[in-house]
Amino acid sequence: MAGIVRRANAPSLGIRVRAALGVWMRPHLRRQALTAYFLIAPAIVLFTVFTFIPMVETITVSFSNKSLVSASTQWVGWGNYRTILASSSFRQAFFNTAIFALQVLPLNIACSLGLATLVYGKFRGVGWFRTIFFAPVVTSMVAVSILWTWLFNPSNGLINEVLALLHLPTQAWLVEPHWALEVLVLLRVWKGIGVNMVIFLAGLNAIPREFWEASVVDGADRARRFWTITWPLLRPTTFYVLVLGTISLFQAFSEMYVMTQGGPMGTTTTVVYLVFNVAFQEFRLGYGAAIAAILFVVILALSLVNLLVVQRRMRIDY
Amino acid sequence: MIGRSGVARYPVLIVIAAVMGLPFFWMVLTSLKPNAEIFQIPFVFWPRHVTWIHYVHALQDAPWGHYFFNSVITSVLATLGQVLFSAMAGYAFGRLRFPLKGLLFIFLLSGIMVPVEVTLVPLFIIVRHFPLAGGNNLWGTGGTGLINTYGALIIPSLVSVFGVFLMRQFFAALPQSLEEAARIDGCGELKIFTRIMLPLVRPAMITVAIFGFTSMWDNFLWPLIVLTNARLFTVQLGLASMAGGPTGTTNWGALLAATVIVTVPMFIVFLVLQRYFIEGIVLTGVKG
Repeated sequence: MAGIVRRANAPSLGIRVRAALGVWMRPHLRRQALTAYFLIAPAIVLFTVFTFIPMVETITVSFSNKSLVSASTQWVGWGNYRTILASSSFRQAFFNTAIFALQVLPLNIACSLGLATLVYGKFRGVGWFRTIFFAPVVTSMVAVSILWTWLFNPSNGLINEVLALLHLPTQAWLVEPHWALEVLVLLRVWKGIGVNMVIFLAGLNAIPREFWEASVVDGADRARRFWTITWPLLRPTTFYVLVLGTISLFQAFSEMYVMTQGGPMGTTTTVVYLVFNVAFQEFRLGYGAAIAAILFVVILALSLVNLLVVQRRMRIDY
Repeated sequence: MIGRSGVARYPVLIVIAAVMGLPFFWMVLTSLKPNAEIFQIPFVFWPRHVTWIHYVHALQDAPWGHYFFNSVITSVLATLGQVLFSAMAGYAFGRLRFPLKGLLFIFLLSGIMVPVEVTLVPLFIIVRHFPLAGGNNLWGTGGTGLINTYGALIIPSLVSVFGVFLMRQFFAALPQSLEEAARIDGCGELKIFTRIMLPLVRPAMITVAIFGFTSMWDNFLWPLIVLTNARLFTVQLGLASMAGGPTGTTNWGALLAATVIVTVPMFIVFLVLQRYFIEGIVLTGVKG
């Protein structure tokens, strides 16, 4: 990605205009250009209508009191944003999402990196293990949410049954304000390990074996090899996983909808869940758009970090 | 890492695999138990009397045929669009010279990281005011537009910026001599694309197809907003409506049987195309 953005010695406007004119003067170049416009037309048109315009409109609608049920729409300036800043439900949703991400990310990275080192290399059955660890990734969020609701069912769930067998206290989990978000955290970690394991595995495969072999000769033990060779060399991969993970966690919605409906007492209401509630349950489109616009800024900032720092450091030229 | 033989890691791996696979295993076991055993105290791990009754109930309780048909038709059509339009645009951006190329590509890339969650509200308004659909006039008023139609799921998903980007990278990596020779032979530009270049990027097309299909199949928030007619529900909406939230069903046998029914087809697709799933993730770092 960095390769496209970084353009050394961009030609001046004059040269570009002359080049463009030149294209139309020469038949074979003109044919090529016309073919190109024909080929990109569907993508450009669809992108403009269904992504670009909505992107811009998110901002414009956020300055209005547009509603799904009333026909009249007025501009309210910064009104929606002022309401958001004063609203405890937004603060709670933002806080929930941040807490959610801050718990999932380190757990996920530790587990997926650990698993990646375990399934690194070739040995009998390695394919089977990778497939099992990857299975939650290819199962839809709705399906695994139902599965986990059953696992954590207060009266007949496997988790409580096992806790009871071990004489540990059982919980009501998803209806318990202290526990509901934690169950969702565990679910996300479990579901996401496979993806990051594969990314870390690619990172491990890119490290020349000689590095480890040399350290074996020098007498370094496993832990030392990990902290002095593997971890520093994987740092760009880790950062990449971290940024993309944060972006996807800020979009969390499905499991909250299926498992908790944002409850108990709003403890699992995420930012996207709030947008859904405000815009499509209460029909306040303008207010919903304003919350989405704030989410947009967060994701945009993270994407820029990804683009400028991570992609450059990883030198991904695909 | 090196220095550790494969044998030493087996016990650890087997324990982790058992823990990670347990939710799926428990789902299947529960779906095969009669209700008496599901709700028995103290609990029974292995079913004593295997029964298929929950699968029968699950299939009777909801029109799963409709749900699967809806999911398949919308996912397949959107995926076809994504593969086709991504290949077309990717080829133009990767191999052809034309004025404003850089600018148009940056324009497209501006949307690569923007998830639908951010653009939800205006997208809903645009789909609702889609001209000449659902009773709308040319100016997009008077009816409900694409709301409660397949179009609401398919049309906004026909193009994938990520797909265009991936295809461009693949096309750009092919040797330049390929089309030079064809051009000298007087081969038309479109023919070069369809006959020479397209067959060479089949792996990239499969990757785009897998990402498109899985993200359409798993999509939940957007269908939830634009579909209220239960006959148009996708499998995900069908499952969620059967579950009915935290205070929802107690008919766990049938619900878990339905979850098995929804999960298995996608899992088979994954097993068959595993290599492409993994390559796609390594390439992009995201799950479709």
